[in-house]
Amino acid sequence: MATQQRTPVRASRALLVGAAVASLGLLAGCAGTGTGEINPEYGFATVEQIADSPITIWVDATRQPAVEAFQAAHPEIEIDLVVDDGSAGASGTFQTKIALADQAGDGWPDVVFSSQANDASWASQPNAGQQAFAAPLNQGFLDDDFLDGFTAGALEPATVDGTVYGLRNDLAPVLFWYNAALFAEFGYEVPTTWEEYEALGEMLAAEHPGYFLGSIGDSFVGPYVYYWAGEAPIFTVDGDSFGSDLSDPNSVKVTTMLDNMVANGTLIQDSLFSAEFVTQSDKLLAIPGAAWYSGALFQNPDNVGAEPGEWGAAAPLVWEDGAEVTGNIGGGMWYASSHSANLDAVKTFMQFIVSDEETAGTGGLPAYDSAAAAWLSGQAESGFFAGDFEGAMSTAAATVWTGWGFPNFSPETAYAKVIVPGLAEGKTIAELSADWEQEMKNEAQTVGYTIG
Amino acid sequence: MGTIFSSGYTIFLLAFGVGPAVYALFLAFTKNGAFVGFDNFVRVFADYRFLPAVGHVALFVVVWLACLIVFVVLLALIVHAIRIRWLSTTSRFLFYIPGALAGASSVLLWLFVLDPAVSPVSFILEAFGKESFVQVVQTDTLHIVLAIIAFWTGAGGWIVIMYGALNNISDEVMEAARIDGAGPINTAWHIQIPLLRKWISYMAILSLAAGTQLFVEPRVLAQASKGVVTQDYSLNQLAFLYAFRQNDFNGSAAISLVLLVVALGLSVFFVFRGGLFERE
Repeated sequence: MATQQRTPVRASRALLVGAAVASLGLLAGCAGTGTGEINPEYGFATVEQIADSPITIWVDATRQPAVEAFQAAHPEIEIDLVVDDGSAGASGTFQTKIALADQAGDGWPDVVFSSQANDASWASQPNAGQQAFAAPLNQGFLDDDFLDGFTAGALEPATVDGTVYGLRNDLAPVLFWYNAALFAEFGYEVPTTWEEYEALGEMLAAEHPGYFLGSIGDSFVGPYVYYWAGEAPIFTVDGDSFGSDLSDPNSVKVTTMLDNMVANGTLIQDSLFSAEFVTQSDKLLAIPGAAWYSGALFQNPDNVGAEPGEWGAAAPLVWEDGAEVTGNIGGGMWYASSHSANLDAVKTFMQFIVSDEETAGTGGLPAYDSAAAAWLSGQAESGFFAGDFEGAMSTAAATVWTGWGFPNFSPETAYAKVIVPGLAEGKTIAELSADWEQEMKNEAQTVGYTIG
Repeated sequence: MGTIFSSGYTIFLLAFGVGPAVYALFLAFTKNGAFVGFDNFVRVFADYRFLPAVGHVALFVVVWLACLIVFVVLLALIVHAIRIRWLSTTSRFLFYIPGALAGASSVLLWLFVLDPAVSPVSFILEAFGKESFVQVVQTDTLHIVLAIIAFWTGAGGWIVIMYGALNNISDEVMEAARIDGAGPINTAWHIQIPLLRKWISYMAILSLAAGTQLFVEPRVLAQASKGVVTQDYSLNQLAFLYAFRQNDFNGSAAISLVLLVVALGLSVFFVFRGGLFERE
């Protein structure tokens, strides 16, 4: 449109036509910028490489110290750090910003961190005539030897048709965190099944009102911690078909349990990262949650801030008659840009951020085996967590239920839209189930899935 | 000479108003460059998010415009009636301050006001039965919250403008009213408000255009409420999702055109009802 500003004003009618023609040209231009030659060394079309050029990295605030650790270790690489929300809560920041850059044909970052696990579904696809944003990582860019160092299955969410598009930051299986000191004081047994967990809730509500067993006020907790771990098929994908069944027996069991525990006050509705949660966290007896709760909650002085030995981790809760499976909350992903002009630096960064023993995992269980081993033994040595921390982590990491889908949208938006405000109004999840299921199916159809 | 004076405006209007609108017109009736008639509109209208978004924006605009017209005129009349010089200037200045904050930053400020855990006016929120942030931003009452935010940000500037307009009413007219025995209320109702009619419809048009384009406020609230305020609350947000989440620029353009047509239609109504282009 810049040409218009130089045009004399009097020719306004010609200008209008010109604008229309320019628009057409723009469109044609967009369609025309196809992908270039595939670089056999990398497995995708690369742009001209500029040695030592700075790389732009988008991360959330939690990942910022990790990037700074990289800067300290590699001062020769110039980094332009941009802090955003890491697409938390399925805000779509990553996708919308990349779509904008795709339209502009310019402005892509070199590396992006996303807290969501499903971004590969769109980032692996060409858009607006531009080649797919996410660089294929196992077609030559990164060595197979390096990629083999990941825990089996860790790269699954970022793998599309055998091509790996993202590196896993941390494994985030759901396990059972409990306040060992409080359990001893109250004389309770640590539950091992969901049935015992619910029964514990009833007992706790009767004997120690005010104490609680978790919160379902975050949109990631309900779907991932309870429904996923409870083997409830509310978010499944089969090819192009999306399924959600809140009337499945397992789904109903989870819903009933949650409603009962919300009713007796042992599940609260404050976000885990809200001031309200932190102020009452001394009354938190136990909480099923992801591996990264270790750093984000218990070892975080601004959250639960546990004393050494106070909190422990136990194996994930399961149904008495169910399989030994658990859920998973994110465990973010690192993506490299296929448009980067300094792939050498990007490669150095990607390898460092997931495998450096000091940095990898960013407070949770690293997805890279050697880093995970170092982290686990470090935690065991420090004795911070009571119980069989290493055993619980390993069990959880190996049993994430594989029936959960990774479509091009998140279960979090529907949960936040229907369940969170519904609960705040005093409704039960059972009452909201039909709306919730419908909302997920609507979202699926909007992004092109058929309903199975 | 007149051409030169209006050229600055015309160029920008063409570059950032007419040009994009023409482009949107082209996009809305095509798909991959081929003419598809009303297909894009049909698809957008059938979207389960479209009608709720229309409802949200309509409710917001109605509540906001009503508040704006009633309270801005009222406050301007009151400020105008204040004869103490320092009080009058101070109140105008105070009214104006919030307007100096840009959209997103004023919403950030409101995030604190709206969260009962940290709000300085949490007693008011609790009086309405709102005990958590989630309850404050429930979708069915969100338009009122948004209207309050928009009023707080935008009203000050209009009060100052109305004040100026009131100053423009000639002393002779006011004098005559007073001699005829009209008190402040009668003067306001029979003299001042009718003479303000053009200004009021001017305010209504500009606010209407801004109101139908509701975007920043619900967007920031969506982020802050972690999705309780949905990302498809308003029509412009939906257009944004169409373009950048679904890569459907044609559908996005269709929504934009609908907004343009509605806003134009309502503006024409206000222009003629308000006698905006009449000359004395």
